[in-house]
Amino acid sequence: MEEKKTMRFSGSSTYIADDDLLQVTNIAMALGKPLVIKGEPGTGKTELAIAIAESLGMPLITWSIKSTTKAQDGLYHYDVVQRLYDSQLGEEGVDNIAQYIHLGKLGEAFSADEKVVLLIDEIDKADLEFPNDLLWELDKMEFYIPETHETVKAKESPIVIITSNAEKELPDAFLRRCVFHYIDFPDDVMMRRIVLAHYPDIEERLLQSALAAFYDVREIRGLHKKPSTSELLDWIRALRYSGIEESRIEKEIPFAGVLLKKNEDLDLLYREKHRGFGRK
Amino acid sequence: MFLSFFYYLRAGGLNVSLTEWMTLLAALREDLHEDSLRGFYTLCRSVLVKSETQFDLFDRLFLEYFGDIAKESEQAIEDIFPEDLLKWLEHPELVPEMIKELMEATGLSAAQIEEMFRRILQEQDEEHNGGSKWVGTGGYSPYGHHGKKLGGIRVGGESMYRSAFRVAGERRYRDFRSDKTLDSRQFQMAFRRLRQLSDHNLQEKTELDIDETIRKTGEAGGLLKIVKKAPRRNAVKLMVLIDSGGSMDYHRGLVTLLFQSMRKAGNFEDVRFYYFHNAIGDHLYTSPTLSWNSRLETDWVLRNIPPEYKVLIVGDGEMAMYELYGGFYWGESLETDARGRRKMRRFTDFADRYPHIVWIHPQETPTGRNYWNETWWELARVFPMYPLTLDGLNAGIRKLLVSK
Repeated sequence: MEEKKTMRFSGSSTYIADDDLLQVTNIAMALGKPLVIKGEPGTGKTELAIAIAESLGMPLITWSIKSTTKAQDGLYHYDVVQRLYDSQLGEEGVDNIAQYIHLGKLGEAFSADEKVVLLIDEIDKADLEFPNDLLWELDKMEFYIPETHETVKAKESPIVIITSNAEKELPDAFLRRCVFHYIDFPDDVMMRRIVLAHYPDIEERLLQSALAAFYDVREIRGLHKKPSTSELLDWIRALRYSGIEESRIEKEIPFAGVLLKKNEDLDLLYREKHRGFGRK
Repeated sequence: MFLSFFYYLRAGGLNVSLTEWMTLLAALREDLHEDSLRGFYTLCRSVLVKSETQFDLFDRLFLEYFGDIAKESEQAIEDIFPEDLLKWLEHPELVPEMIKELMEATGLSAAQIEEMFRRILQEQDEEHNGGSKWVGTGGYSPYGHHGKKLGGIRVGGESMYRSAFRVAGERRYRDFRSDKTLDSRQFQMAFRRLRQLSDHNLQEKTELDIDETIRKTGEAGGLLKIVKKAPRRNAVKLMVLIDSGGSMDYHRGLVTLLFQSMRKAGNFEDVRFYYFHNAIGDHLYTSPTLSWNSRLETDWVLRNIPPEYKVLIVGDGEMAMYELYGGFYWGESLETDARGRRKMRRFTDFADRYPHIVWIHPQETPTGRNYWNETWWELARVFPMYPLTLDGLNAGIRKLLVSK
């Protein structure tokens, strides 16, 4: 408990978080509850866990969720086939079930000797029931392996960060046990800081025009996929590399293919440009 | 402590659980509100509100609650809240910086701005208390922002002023309200639920379950034990009847969205789309333009599409009476169906044949009768009606999964 209070996250050199996010992260850590982070793609949900682990000097364990992932996968896997195979050949140690038990990511985090950061990435990709299957384990930070009559219990409760793209609504019972935060898309002040963290030596005029153009593009109605932070960073790199004149950036949106990935969106941009886009 | 806030939130429609409330109290004991009102606001929101669709509701309730307390008894809360709060309570409506900013932006006087702001909050209240959950029919756009802006100016802004009121007052999350916004993904999720639950009506166990066979064989010490399982397949078949043209043009954006999400959610065993105009007569059409060569006899559909199909009718149900009942004059002797009900063109045939049938209407649920929605009320006596909102669609889909 003592340790909890002194432990504080305040962002890292490459991860820029706003004050709300910092506070919520600290709330989750102090309460020992999982932190559910939701937000548009590219708002830095995954990076948050990485930054926390880095700034607190803790190992990061990442469990990336796929549509086929089951709760059991995170706990442990009992390799019965191997055991059966070994038993036919009369291998030694077949009686020792423990050697056929392989811990999953959650199991790994629980059995670690030190406090770790556990990132459950994109939980919404899994089946609708998936989060509910983890309720008890995340609440108690322990689980039982019937095959070996063994309980895996966290010595130090890990800091659990769960990200979601809002693809599925998460179950209420699950959410009730979590702390929730929605990451807003960064506004231009915040975005400026983010860009500067990546390109500290960027020319002011380039930064200004690129940001203005970027938010203009995001404002276009009907876009299938709005450009996000990572696209902006790639775009700025392309702009700098080409050495294009700043005055042309807002008017022409060069290398638009870096910002917009869908043909329909590029067509839309093309039409907007003809209507005098960026001349507000 | 301030338990009434808990009940206020619940009464306001925010489903805060006791677990969450206890968590909040524990957090306050640990000073996690960082001794500032802004911190208190963020803490409450992160612990009590678990969806960005409810942020807006929370913002409003937070404002209302702490605004009222200011008027009644400042003394009672003095012990609980830090200085910041009390400072803020002196100006519960607008912080001075904000008024100044607005004055500059609009050229209005401080009093005018305050009045305008009050009016907008008021408006929001009334809209909410009406309790009707529907999407604005006028020019629905799945992509645009339709957050009202304060007299055309932006109330929100970057977090330069650390005032909780300011953040709550921005009402930034208005666009996320679940009764207002619907994107295709949310619709898809609704339709996936139709698949999810249908997995439960398991068929005969015909497939070899390899994992279980190995496990059981392993447990039996190598003695082969075969385990079978039912094939996992979505058995749901769907027939969608869509009203096309006329008054429905008004709702085209919304209906297209519905259509696309049905396609994308996919994974139904079969989906069939048929179109009609206003009322189903002797013909249905396979193209939304109701072109002559896409004509299909309604009888053929009724004969060939078995009753196991779940049926979704999409239409506003608004037309002239004679379109629904046939015959051009009132008082004309009208056909009745097997159960003695007046026949509504071919609608009644569909209601009789398909036990799983719901009607989805894109407009707001009518509250009173008028010339055009008279037919809607008639239809509502036969079909379960649901508005085309996320809540409505979810309810409709739940209805489709049970027999009527």
